[in-house]
Amino acid sequence: MGRFLARRLLVTIPVLFGIVFIVFALARLIPGDPCRAVLGERATDAVCDDFIHRYGLDQPIPVQFGLYLGQIASGDLGESIKHSRPITTLLVERLPTTVELTAWALLFAVVVGIPLGLLSAYWRNSPVDVGTMVFANLGVSIPVFVLGLLLAFLFAIVFKDSPISLPPSGRLSSGVFVTPLAEVWGMEDVQGLPRGILDFFSGIYTFSALITGQWEELLDAARHLILPAVALGTIPLAIVARITRSSLLEVLGLDYVRTARAKGLRERTVVLRHAARNALLPVVTIIGLQLGALLSGAVLTETVFNLAGVGRTMYEAITGRDYVVIQGFTLVIAVAYVLVNLLVDVSYGILDPRVRAR
Amino acid sequence: MTAPATPLPGADALVRERPASLWRDTLGSILRQRNAVLGLLILGAFVFVALFADLVATHDPNETLLGIEPGVERRDGSCIHLLGCPAEKPEHIFGTDGNFRDVYSRVIHGARVSLAIGLAAITFAILVGTTIGAVAGYVGGWLDTILMRLMDVVLAFPSLLLAIAIVTALGQSLVNALLAIGVVSVPIYARVVRSSVISARENDYVTASRALGESGLGILMRRIMPNSLTPLVVQGTLGIGGAVLEIAALTFVGVTGSLTVPEWGSMIALERNQLFNAPHIIVFPGLAITLTVLGFNLLGDGLRDALDPRLNR
Repeated sequence: MGRFLARRLLVTIPVLFGIVFIVFALARLIPGDPCRAVLGERATDAVCDDFIHRYGLDQPIPVQFGLYLGQIASGDLGESIKHSRPITTLLVERLPTTVELTAWALLFAVVVGIPLGLLSAYWRNSPVDVGTMVFANLGVSIPVFVLGLLLAFLFAIVFKDSPISLPPSGRLSSGVFVTPLAEVWGMEDVQGLPRGILDFFSGIYTFSALITGQWEELLDAARHLILPAVALGTIPLAIVARITRSSLLEVLGLDYVRTARAKGLRERTVVLRHAARNALLPVVTIIGLQLGALLSGAVLTETVFNLAGVGRTMYEAITGRDYVVIQGFTLVIAVAYVLVNLLVDVSYGILDPRVRAR
Repeated sequence: MTAPATPLPGADALVRERPASLWRDTLGSILRQRNAVLGLLILGAFVFVALFADLVATHDPNETLLGIEPGVERRDGSCIHLLGCPAEKPEHIFGTDGNFRDVYSRVIHGARVSLAIGLAAITFAILVGTTIGAVAGYVGGWLDTILMRLMDVVLAFPSLLLAIAIVTALGQSLVNALLAIGVVSVPIYARVVRSSVISARENDYVTASRALGESGLGILMRRIMPNSLTPLVVQGTLGIGGAVLEIAALTFVGVTGSLTVPEWGSMIALERNQLFNAPHIIVFPGLAITLTVLGFNLLGDGLRDALDPRLNR
């Protein structure tokens, strides 16, 4: 296991380095004058010279890259050109929205997708199976933003005055605030990294409201999350259901399942204990791979539902040529993605000894 | 390869029993897949509509129809002919959009853009990806490592964000969006081709060709690459569906700038705020995207089931 882990980590390092390089290169490739993009068309040359010097943009590209590497190694992601605030502060502010959204979307996909897949494999060719597969096919075909807009229309307009009406935008109703953890726990004088971590978790409203018992705020945050999470989670849901189905079908045909049945075990035990456990291995991989797709989808979901998350911030940074934000955010997203996949691979190694041997 | 042999006695009957050629066999097994046939039907309809858009559409997709025809007093944006309109109202099958353009004609013409871009982007991705994958798989060694790590890096980015960044870097246009989608899709094809090249490389018939003095390129092109054809066709079909989704997403977030051609994603973005009083403007292009992608997905799945011999039970 140790060797497997070490090898897997070694492979990750060049990928991470490549990501840093591509992030850096792409940000430089974006055409246009960053100074005038930020300070406006009428910025004087003197002001621009100063600006370019201040952000090190007058250095040769390799020097800029070297400086950049040193900077991120010390945990400093720079300061947003547009917002004039450190990237890390922006991340603490925007990342929780996306983490919360993707987490709920993934949860929705897994909690609904796996049972659907298991049922349709077990009752193959039954109406449940056919219905699930039709739904799965439609689910992977409908664009996230179309689904989001339709859900918003349905639950905010059609069912407007009914109990199932849901808000079509934002994270909380106006006038509702989730009290930050630092305030609830009397830790307002904490500074630096611990405070950043604390504020990050405070930003995940459903989480912080839950652990501090702010029930009304929790309900409000949850109601705002349902539509975006369902819109974002539908594609992974469809994929999870399909993979679960085909994987269980394969396993159910194996000899050891027949043995389990022959032993006289209850059908429930055979399917859920013996077959499903093995069948869910490929599902774990797929869930990890879905993270990238979820982050792509988050850009669209955040646009549709007016959420100031990472995706939306990235989009605004790219179109506004805020190099530092593009670099910092892309880096964090890509690194998170690589690390999650590393985690998935490792957990796969734990779940399935054969993987380690390879 | 083999010289025509004198037929053995009785072979006639055998031959007549199985007249199938490779292609006819393949076509037959594709047509036995319900999904593939359904996908083909949907796509056939969209391809037909895209090719003959000028004939199928009722109006010029870019024409503002406000007060142009004599005798027409007022157009109602939410009046959809398909759902029944008062007789005196001008006929629009899907209604009109915020600029009083015929939604039906715009959706019809949008098929052209989406299909053309999807096809072109994936063709680009397949060409580049196949080259990378074939070289990596056939040459192996450090070149393989470098190329495939590079592919890993591209895959490490959420595809839409990378595509947005590429479009912004190259300049806002549909052609650059096409390129961006192509670039983002390259790693998938590189991986597919590499794995089938690696598994085919060690076959005896490859060794035989080498012994016969065939050049490396010849072996790669004639002996090894045909093995990649099936996975490429399957992956490519699914990929076009994905590309159609991505182009719609790119135009929806607006990185392509303002477009002069009707395109589904941009139609939805443009009329987003009309959602609450005229949802049809969003529903019809949305339905068009969904159906097109569904068509490619069904066809791709059907092709996989039909072409993968391991699945033939």
